[in-house]
Amino acid sequence: MTDESPTAGNDYRSPHLEDFLTEVGSRFRDWGDKNWENQVLTSGATHLNEFGYDPFGMSPAFIRKVIPFVRFLYRGYFRVQTHGLHELPTTRLMFVANHSGQLPFDGSLIAAALAIEGRPPRILRSMVERWVPSLPFVSLFMSRCGQVLGDPDNSRRLLENDEAVLVFPEGVRGISKLFWERYKLKKFSAGFMRLAMETRTPIVPVAVVGAEEAIPALYNSKLLARLLGAPAFPITPTFPWIFPLGILPYPVKIHLYFGEPMSFSGDPNDEDEVVEAKVARVQGEVQRLVDRGLQERGPFPISLLGGVR
Amino acid sequence: MSTIVITGIAGTIGRLLARRLHVEHEVIGLDRRDLSHRPKDIKVYTYDIRRKRCESIFRNHKVDTIVHLNVMHDFGRAQGVLHGFNVVGTQRLLEYAARYNVRKVIFLSTANVYGARPDNPQFLTEEALLLAGETFSEMRSLISTDMLVTSFFWKVPEIETVVLRPSHIVGTVNNGPMRFLSLPRIPKVMGFDPMVQFLHESDVIEAIVAALRPGLRGIFNLAGETALPIGAALEYLGRPTITLPYPILRAAAQKAWDFGIAYVPPAELDYLRYPCLVDDARARRELEFLPRLTLTATLDKIRPLLRRHT
Repeated sequence: MTDESPTAGNDYRSPHLEDFLTEVGSRFRDWGDKNWENQVLTSGATHLNEFGYDPFGMSPAFIRKVIPFVRFLYRGYFRVQTHGLHELPTTRLMFVANHSGQLPFDGSLIAAALAIEGRPPRILRSMVERWVPSLPFVSLFMSRCGQVLGDPDNSRRLLENDEAVLVFPEGVRGISKLFWERYKLKKFSAGFMRLAMETRTPIVPVAVVGAEEAIPALYNSKLLARLLGAPAFPITPTFPWIFPLGILPYPVKIHLYFGEPMSFSGDPNDEDEVVEAKVARVQGEVQRLVDRGLQERGPFPISLLGGVR
Repeated sequence: MSTIVITGIAGTIGRLLARRLHVEHEVIGLDRRDLSHRPKDIKVYTYDIRRKRCESIFRNHKVDTIVHLNVMHDFGRAQGVLHGFNVVGTQRLLEYAARYNVRKVIFLSTANVYGARPDNPQFLTEEALLLAGETFSEMRSLISTDMLVTSFFWKVPEIETVVLRPSHIVGTVNNGPMRFLSLPRIPKVMGFDPMVQFLHESDVIEAIVAALRPGLRGIFNLAGETALPIGAALEYLGRPTITLPYPILRAAAQKAWDFGIAYVPPAELDYLRYPCLVDDARARRELEFLPRLTLTATLDKIRPLLRRHT
């Protein structure tokens, strides 16, 4: 038994995952940014304990290690271009986006936009599907990165702490859209609006354009989804034929459009019709941003290539 | 100077609580185990809580408050025994409380009754359902006991009933969390590292003392200052760990349980995968209970206790 005193505070590393990330991360050093963590920590809205974790298990030290890959994905792979990000306030915010792309990398890219391009950088807390916390590694990775189970109670707590929350009101119906349904929004569920009114949170509509083509689903096998306990099982030109690489998203160019913050007031427990009318306004705004993005990116297939930065 | 009956006084929490209260109050202990080295003014009845003779305590003393700690958490025992001791014993105690006009009943339950579930909100409030029994059948007697006292709160409104649901209690106590932390090699589930809350036994005592305040009633979650991942806690405590995939760990735990060499049923592994954290806002607000020890201080206090076992 060695008598060395264990180290406290931010020095804590979960041995396996983080060592691996540090190791691989060093190869992407060009993409790294040492000031990032300090900027996040000084920008407020983080409630870390003496071990460097927030109440939801988020660790800025962990995120800083992940940022190099995210930056690579963001700048190098998807060549993400943002529109309207610089005008956002730094108060509590609820980002409401269209969901697409089979895998939830649309959420990671929006979060990356705020973490990398946000001035000051902000850690966005995405609300994840209910089945995610039961997945090993994925759940751990997501919670360290600040992603939170999409429970209204969790969102309320985060918003009351003046954090920025990301919701996809289309849910699984949105992410598992087939290729010919792309960019047609499914009906938004109304929970986010009640929460926004209750916590007086401005809503920022966000459009993700490009993610629909990254994993074009031709068919959604309900049988295989049920067997695997997943919400959907997409069949794409490459998946599951070239397994497992076929599930990798194609490197299409992705545009993120951030709209003007929209404020709603009223009784959060109002009749469905009243709330739905407000939800429809948000959905209309997201759809408008999507349509604008589709128009601006130009004709197929040049639109998917975009400029390599 | 009121009379307080402490059931389960021979346990660690019982002894600490008796020491804390006996100067200001008349403390009467009820436990089938004897309490050695006790202050002289503490009277202990070594009765089994299920026996009818316990009633004589209430007949012979004007009992003001019952602090009910006499609950068996030892899952190695048969379900029937656990049920008889925990549920039937508590039922009897509540009957006496109602019959002899006891003013207050305080019951120390556990936050584990909520259950560790993947779809738990990060912080469970007192209104959350007690779902641990769904996958963890050994918890059922503890859940029934908790619900028994909770329903007593509604049924007999003239008695001030307090249910405390603390997160993992650590300290000199010999309980599940401490035995787990004392294992020569602590199992971790690969790919999971849920947040946990620890509460030092001295803070539990303070919470019980706070609950004695006249007029106070209700259900209160208790938690330490902040939460941290279980892996971070083990690292800080310097405990050796072994990380295994869940199916292997589960199979091993099942075998160990079947052969009777494990004191932890395999279902309890869910507490190493999923969060079961409580929101203690109500305790802070109404009970005016703030844990006195920080998370670091709590862990620092238990580290020397653990090293003894290695």
